Amino acid sequence: MVNLTIDGKLVTVKEGTLVVDAARQIGVDIPVFCYHPKMEPVGMCRMCLVDIGRPMIDRTTGQPVREVDGSPRIQFMPKLETACTTPVSEGMVVVTESAKIKASRKEVLEFILTSHPLDCPICDKGGECPLQNLTMAYGPGKSRFLFDDKMHNQKHVPLGDLILLDRERCIQCGRCVRFQDTVVDDPVISFYMRGRALEIVTHSEPGFDSIFSGNTTDICPVGALTTIDFHFKARPWELKSVASICTHCPVGCNLALNVRREAAVGGKVVVKRVMPRQNESVNEIWICDKGRFAHHYEASPARLNQPLLRKQGKHIPVSWDEALDFAAEKIKHAGNRLLTLAGGRLSNEDFYNLHRLTTARHGKPTLATYMAGGDLTGKLGLTPGSNLADLGKGSAILVAACDLHEEAPIWWLRVKQAAQRGATLVVANPRSTRLDLYASHRLMYAYGSESEAILSLLPVASGSAAAKSLAEAENLVIFFGSEGLGLEGSARLARACAELLIQTGHTGKPNNGLVGVWHSPNLQGAWDIGFRPNPSLVEDIRSLAGEGAAYIVAADPAGDDPELADALKQAGTVIVQDLFYTETARMADLVLPAAAFTERDGTYTSGERRVQRFYPAVTPLTGPLPDFAIAAKIAARLGVNLEAQFAPLIMLKSIANDIPDYAGISYPRLAEVKPQYPILGRMDVYYGGTSYDNQHGLGITLPNAAMRRETLDLPPMIPTSQQHLGDVFLAPITRLYDQGITLQPSHLLDARKTQPVLGIHPRAAAALALSEGERVAIEQTGRRFEAAIHLDNTIPYETGRVIYLTLPRSCRLPANQPGWVTLNKITNQLPVEG
Amino acid sequence: MAETAYLLLRHRDIPNLKKMDVYRANGGFEAFQKALMTMQPGEVVAAVKNSGLRGRGGAGFPTGVKWSFLPNNIFPHYVAANADESEPGTFKDREILENNPYQFLEGLMLTSYAVQANDAYIYLRGEFWQIAKQIDACIASLESAGLLGDSILGSSYRLRIHTHLGAGAYICGEETALLESIEGKLGQPRLRPPFPAVAGLYNKPTVINNVETLTNVPLIITHGAQWYRSFGTEKSPGVKIFSLSGNVNRPGNYELPLGTTFRELIYTHGGGITDGRKVKAILPAGASSSILQGTDAVLDTPMDYESVAAIGSALGSASIIVVDESTNIAHLVHNTVHFFKHESCGKCTPCREGTYWMAHLLDHIIEGKAHQEDIDLLNEVASQIQGKCLCALGEFSIMAVLSGIKQYRSDFETLVAKEG
Repeated sequence: MVNLTIDGKLVTVKEGTLVVDAARQIGVDIPVFCYHPKMEPVGMCRMCLVDIGRPMIDRTTGQPVREVDGSPRIQFMPKLETACTTPVSEGMVVVTESAKIKASRKEVLEFILTSHPLDCPICDKGGECPLQNLTMAYGPGKSRFLFDDKMHNQKHVPLGDLILLDRERCIQCGRCVRFQDTVVDDPVISFYMRGRALEIVTHSEPGFDSIFSGNTTDICPVGALTTIDFHFKARPWELKSVASICTHCPVGCNLALNVRREAAVGGKVVVKRVMPRQNESVNEIWICDKGRFAHHYEASPARLNQPLLRKQGKHIPVSWDEALDFAAEKIKHAGNRLLTLAGGRLSNEDFYNLHRLTTARHGKPTLATYMAGGDLTGKLGLTPGSNLADLGKGSAILVAACDLHEEAPIWWLRVKQAAQRGATLVVANPRSTRLDLYASHRLMYAYGSESEAILSLLPVASGSAAAKSLAEAENLVIFFGSEGLGLEGSARLARACAELLIQTGHTGKPNNGLVGVWHSPNLQGAWDIGFRPNPSLVEDIRSLAGEGAAYIVAADPAGDDPELADALKQAGTVIVQDLFYTETARMADLVLPAAAFTERDGTYTSGERRVQRFYPAVTPLTGPLPDFAIAAKIAARLGVNLEAQFAPLIMLKSIANDIPDYAGISYPRLAEVKPQYPILGRMDVYYGGTSYDNQHGLGITLPNAAMRRETLDLPPMIPTSQQHLGDVFLAPITRLYDQGITLQPSHLLDARKTQPVLGIHPRAAAALALSEGERVAIEQTGRRFEAAIHLDNTIPYETGRVIYLTLPRSCRLPANQPGWVTLNKITNQLPVEG
Repeated sequence: MAETAYLLLRHRDIPNLKKMDVYRANGGFEAFQKALMTMQPGEVVAAVKNSGLRGRGGAGFPTGVKWSFLPNNIFPHYVAANADESEPGTFKDREILENNPYQFLEGLMLTSYAVQANDAYIYLRGEFWQIAKQIDACIASLESAGLLGDSILGSSYRLRIHTHLGAGAYICGEETALLESIEGKLGQPRLRPPFPAVAGLYNKPTVINNVETLTNVPLIITHGAQWYRSFGTEKSPGVKIFSLSGNVNRPGNYELPLGTTFRELIYTHGGGITDGRKVKAILPAGASSSILQGTDAVLDTPMDYESVAAIGSALGSASIIVVDESTNIAHLVHNTVHFFKHESCGKCTPCREGTYWMAHLLDHIIEGKAHQEDIDLLNEVASQIQGKCLCALGEFSIMAVLSGIKQYRSDFETLVAKEG
């Protein structure tokens, strides 16, 4: 620790702390533009100049020179120094308030403003702009620079399809360039030219091709970078910030939904933009572009707004009473032939009520997912006290069967950073991914032999270098996903990963454990509450013929899989509860409109098993009800008394009572916050950017069986069938920008959305005489579809061996089941009519 | 190394010195051979340290001391020769590179040996592309002669020299911007610390020396530090090439001992002022100087690092620009400021915005559109740049402005619009 004095106040900070950060810890603000606490300092803007003195040392004796009163004599440098680049040293004296420094700040601001267009009244940043704020605080009231001498530059230049650049407003601080370069390693923007002509350019095609681009608009200290989503949409001071959680992946990024009462939609409160909310254990201050820009679904005009009942073959709007009576009646008659199929978008409260209702009727609570392993993550999940930011030298991370960059971008970022800090990173995947760049060991296996690949890492005498490094690591975190896997495969993979953790002794302690890279925000919560996937879902749905009932909530089995669609036709009653009129809804006897996450509150359990709360943000549609409330109302008609119909608060209490790992969870505890570093989110915004202060809770990580030293009672390990049942293997993969219903309404992402194409290695394609864009027919048990070929050399191929095809999930083709398929060239294609 | 009247511009005495056989016939590479065969690297460093040789690029930092900063537990080490000669009025390195390239290369090789570098880079300004070709040919002939490459002269020492052309930016003569440019990045100065001696090229310990500095090294190794100290002054030993330009009868490079007076350079060697006019002002370090008034006191000042600093300017790279009475200093300042505005890299605010602002103010003054108070404003803008910049370029940009207004205010006043 180092002791120094800042403006007469004594402060003790860690060695290596920069003067600017040390000052902030005692509430002394040293203004900055280019410095950002998440990046290395560059000392470019010169705003942070302060007077720094150090104890004078007598060169002959090596002893400090003392004043008459015995205090050390302090020697100040002739020039002011940049507080952002100067590390603290023992006995340092920093002066940030003096006439000299006041003048210096005013002068630097005057310089910056000579080139600035001063168009605050029409600037999106106006009201939350560091330049505006710091000018108010330290700047000159009036410029001596002739307005006519200002250099005029291009305004609203689209750097890509998401980010706009105003070259006049840019103050060349380089925060955006450095963020893209050093934080997310997408160096797709940079400085061009020099002097006053220095400007930001993009040199990727498409422009600003990065999935983290939106963050640059938060850290831009002026209105140079703004998002196209928010461009001219509202003034920051009109916005209210509501704490929320991202619903697009299992990371559970903390969000601040910025809402405003909007005259154009009849005075309703609506979401104007999505911002990150600081949680240093989850997303720090970053979010990916999917989280930021794919929020439009909650306000989509296509949302269901009233119950629909099928009468004479047609869906007719009916009252909630009629709808609920119908649902209750059908569920009553179904008896134990009730199958509740629920998707991972639901909150813990929803799952809880649906589970209670279903089990009370002796039905089957079924999870709509293609990925298993949630039982194991429940037992061996990340232990409380874990933080990926703590992993570095001595720790190890294994990432198996997933492409984190596409599936959970913030985890990718944090795993990458851990590797850069010195953690051993083992990446096991059949296809090369963006994470490979940072991997210490790369384990490429064939699709279908995931668990064998993982078991090859068990600590045995003859183990590989990768196996040794995992065994010797102090900490081990394993991320497992579903690349090329269905339920069976992912269950085997999870089991193998659990075995590895147990055999290497990496269980039950902080910074160790198993993390599922789920495809929905709350699949972990669903598993914890008791929902399970069903490997024989098709048969079970078929068996609902007659009086049986399928109650399908937040899932679209018919849209996902033609085989399930077929089976649903045979079910006695189909009740669908959703946001949208999905393929499954079209087939339903009854459609119930559900509220979006922005219209209600609830909790999600992230992949790291962190329970986090989201709050109601907007004026809800009048028709829909929260999923938990619908379940409770149906249950009430069946004589099942679920405590809460409207208040998730009471449900959370019940969850805490019923589910051992959730014991003690309550709203007050979820709302607890503690000081976070860097200190962000004060009114000043200059220091960290427009990232929002977290005043609504950091969430709670659930305990697990391993840390309680309980018998884990793991399922047996089942060997994979290595039998080749054909020549062509279809592997489903997950892409960030898919075509799922929560992404569809966000049209500004259209150009980035993944096309439903079959990926194949160019040499494999050549072997089959297939060319880019050629359409082929794929036949798999029970399904047949056509798709275009896309050449992709990340896909494995060995001459004369199995041909692997990849197909992105949720892109309008049935891609959930991996397996052997037949590939047929489409010959005699009929000429397109028209 | 055979003694001639010249130490650095030896080609003026020896025809065809730029040919390797001629250079070798005149003692070329004897110093390198001597060092390699009989001296430890540390002894070479000590010899240069003892000679008192100071950097000729402008800062005048003791060369041997600079070399000794390289840590001996981090390798590889690199040497970069700064051949980005861009200071207005400086044209000394060009003459060396064009006519006496092997002496420079031998100096670079000695330096590399002294700091145990196996790779050296020559960073040439983009306009020197023809020189770069010539240097490449020299390097190739050194390689075929076994003076560069693996196991040089049968020793275990290996060295390769690479040339790198800049793209026309003055700032790349600043040593850290130069390193950025070699690395293929935008030429902008780095933050210091860390200094290049610890983390330089590719983040490894690096020595960066000016062409002229390096060209001195073979002489020191051949003749010894004491011999070298017989030239120049005690604190500024050795000879210096003074690039003389401006209103003089015989502009050009003059190799003279440090400590020669301005008067001797201008009148004895430079043939005096055009048409017998009087010296009005001297810029001793090109555009980066504070302007010196052409008084007798100034003319009799010895041109060494201490004496020029003592009268309020700097010797810098010794590009002596002489201005006579026929020139309005405001025009001169207008020129230097436009130069800095054009060359500012844009990294730090005061330089990027300040040079732009000063250039506009001076435009108004030159065009007769300014007022009295604009001269004060110019002075204030220059003052508020002072002490705030990331590198020396910004600080240099105001030298001529502040000293010009202070000493020649009437020149500015005659240009501004008459009141009313």
